[in-house]
Amino acid sequence: MLPRLAPFCLGLLSILPVPATHAAADWLQFRGPASTAVSETGQIPETPTIDWSVPLPGRGLSSPILVGDRLFVTCSSGSRQDLLELLCLETNTGKTLWRRALRATGRTMTYPKTSVAAPSPCSDGKRVFATWSCNDVAAFDLEGTLLWTRGITADYPNVSNSLGMASSPLVIGNTLVVMVENDSESYSLGLDVRSGRNLWKLDRPKAANWTSPVLWQPSPDARPAALLQSSKGLTAVDASTGSVLWDFQGNASSMSSCVVSGTRIFAPAGGITALQPAPDGAPPVSLWNSRQLNPSTTSPVLIAGLLLTTNNAGVLTAGSPEDGAVRWKQRLTGPFSATPVGAGNRILAVSEKGLVQVVEVSPAEAKPLGQLQLPLQEDTKELILSTPALRGNHAYIRTDSTLWRIGSGR
Amino acid sequence: MNPAPRFPRLLAAALLGVFVPHPVLASPGSAIESLLAVGPEGAGNEAASGAWKELVDSGPASLPAILEASGKASPVAANWLRLAAAALVERAKTTKTPIPLDSLEAALSQPTLPGSQRVLAFDLLQLADPARAKAVEPSLADDPVQELRRGAVQRLIETAKTLEGDSAKTAYLKALQSARDEDQTQAVAEALEKLGSPVDLQKHFGFLTRWHVVGPFENSERRGFETVFPPEEKIDLSAAYPGKAGEIRWQPFSSQDPRGKVDLNKPLGLLKEATAYATTLFHSETERPAELRLGCKNAWKVWLNGKLLFSRDEYHRGQQMDQYKLPCTLRKGANTLLIKCCQNEQKETWTVEWEFQLRVCDSAGTAILSTQN
Repeated sequence: MLPRLAPFCLGLLSILPVPATHAAADWLQFRGPASTAVSETGQIPETPTIDWSVPLPGRGLSSPILVGDRLFVTCSSGSRQDLLELLCLETNTGKTLWRRALRATGRTMTYPKTSVAAPSPCSDGKRVFATWSCNDVAAFDLEGTLLWTRGITADYPNVSNSLGMASSPLVIGNTLVVMVENDSESYSLGLDVRSGRNLWKLDRPKAANWTSPVLWQPSPDARPAALLQSSKGLTAVDASTGSVLWDFQGNASSMSSCVVSGTRIFAPAGGITALQPAPDGAPPVSLWNSRQLNPSTTSPVLIAGLLLTTNNAGVLTAGSPEDGAVRWKQRLTGPFSATPVGAGNRILAVSEKGLVQVVEVSPAEAKPLGQLQLPLQEDTKELILSTPALRGNHAYIRTDSTLWRIGSGR
Repeated sequence: MNPAPRFPRLLAAALLGVFVPHPVLASPGSAIESLLAVGPEGAGNEAASGAWKELVDSGPASLPAILEASGKASPVAANWLRLAAAALVERAKTTKTPIPLDSLEAALSQPTLPGSQRVLAFDLLQLADPARAKAVEPSLADDPVQELRRGAVQRLIETAKTLEGDSAKTAYLKALQSARDEDQTQAVAEALEKLGSPVDLQKHFGFLTRWHVVGPFENSERRGFETVFPPEEKIDLSAAYPGKAGEIRWQPFSSQDPRGKVDLNKPLGLLKEATAYATTLFHSETERPAELRLGCKNAWKVWLNGKLLFSRDEYHRGQQMDQYKLPCTLRKGANTLLIKCCQNEQKETWTVEWEFQLRVCDSAGTAILSTQN
């Protein structure tokens, strides 16, 4: 039988799409590579244009992610937003390859501005993991085969937030880190990527929290850890065991997530606080703090030797990662909910009202380049709340109704 | 389970990374059992993962069995089954394999089948043949599943909008009879108000509006939520208790709010760091299943006949009608309801509310009214 299958197999190989294996340039999670919002190999066009757009079947402010030639994005729909969808699209064309739909097993109430599809999916290059505000988690392979699904609220009935949950999961090794922190039954979980079963479950501060976990691995031989930020501070947790490595106590943001560079952590705490964890596991040392670098709801971005933040008023502020000194401020057209994404010495910032703004940054100045107004739906007063995904010279931006690919028109 | 040799199929799949048709399962039963067996915290996921692929590969003939299984599945297991059924339908559409749509319609025409089974049937029908689903939809206006009514009710509303005078009133009253969702009911009520037929929303939804309340007890540092104050041990409407600022007693309080909001700031004052209780009797004609549906943005606990149904210690994150659905069994005759409602220390303007709204209904959201006032 096998010999007879061989020609058939070879024939199929030439006509069926085979997903490319993921590359370093892939955008595998919220804020992309290492949760930095920066693509090392990407390019941001000076004058952005719309390559294509496709309608989406439901609401969402989750970011798209990019794995090989595929884009994954989540939506929620229905009068109670209880239909949860994961879509797989071709990155080149926007064509839908497959979509999978679950029904919410947890509560779907959210503040009207947000939606049930708030957390971004993530991938390890072989699997895609999607979560929603109702704490349903589902894992698929790149072809849409269900690997497992969980209902976290079914397991822990008071895990929910009536404003909506938004923390995006993160894969570290064989662990899917899922923060389901809230005012009531508050946990962070390490789920086995292969089965979805608990590797660990950590009691967390009883406080609403919309931040996302970040990888912490200061050296290649260090055990990879997850940084869990909450309004009470920042905790490093061994990703495979859930054991707490160190704890930094302080008033940190419950919305803006930290960014890591080398051995330093730039945490949204009292503005921005630069932390240097000690090698012996002792709590990290605070190197500097800058209230002027307060990032409000977006997350800080490290690019071109600068630490960039955007505030509620739409001001882009550049600070020195060394000492927090403010280098310059540039007023953009805000307000912003989306974190800017960067490549080279450019950032792409998208306002809530859909104005895509390209800015060239250097230690000396900010130089605004091209702009593009996306045609948002006026009847629903839709906004852009989602952080873009970036790869090559294309950015992918979504609203409640539409997914756009932005490029240079070439 | 599958007697056919798997090696060539698996090898081909590994080589290609694509679907290779699986020989039809002799019976989907054991694969379905694996999906039904998934338990808390992901127990059984490993077996379910393999079974899911087999079930999808088994083809549309398995659809009726999947549908039936979904009626007895836990919500999480129902998602495993739903995802398998939908993937199977998608594949059948691609390969132009006949799909047993009659089995889906048959499920929809049997109101006594479990709601989860019938919701899945409708969703699959919509996926497989949207025109056929659209044709079925009007028949679901009085369905025992609340969400299945929605499309039919919307059509009734749209029809009523095209009419005038008594014809419009009749059409809106028909829509009102079927409407269970808050937004649709509100739209109908506003239209009927303009047509001179105001709607008693309290009665339509079944809100409980006549209570006895007592407070304030202490809730500094939010400790009142877990503190057992005397009303949790015994409800005695003639009792006096040591309260937060002196002796307190039960007092009658009736809500005039159209949606039955019981604003504790009215009888007890604009307080912070305070705990209150409210109790009422609900008379049921028979012993029957029911739902208590609660909206509350304060920390709360709800007891029915002395049994704690659920509790939640979240403050000021939002409130909406039917925010929490608490399944319960009403006993024949008098049922005692007790709710604990805690106000915290926050001072912002959006933290003034100290209130709840509670209604008694069936799983379709149809009001169950107390037989005695």
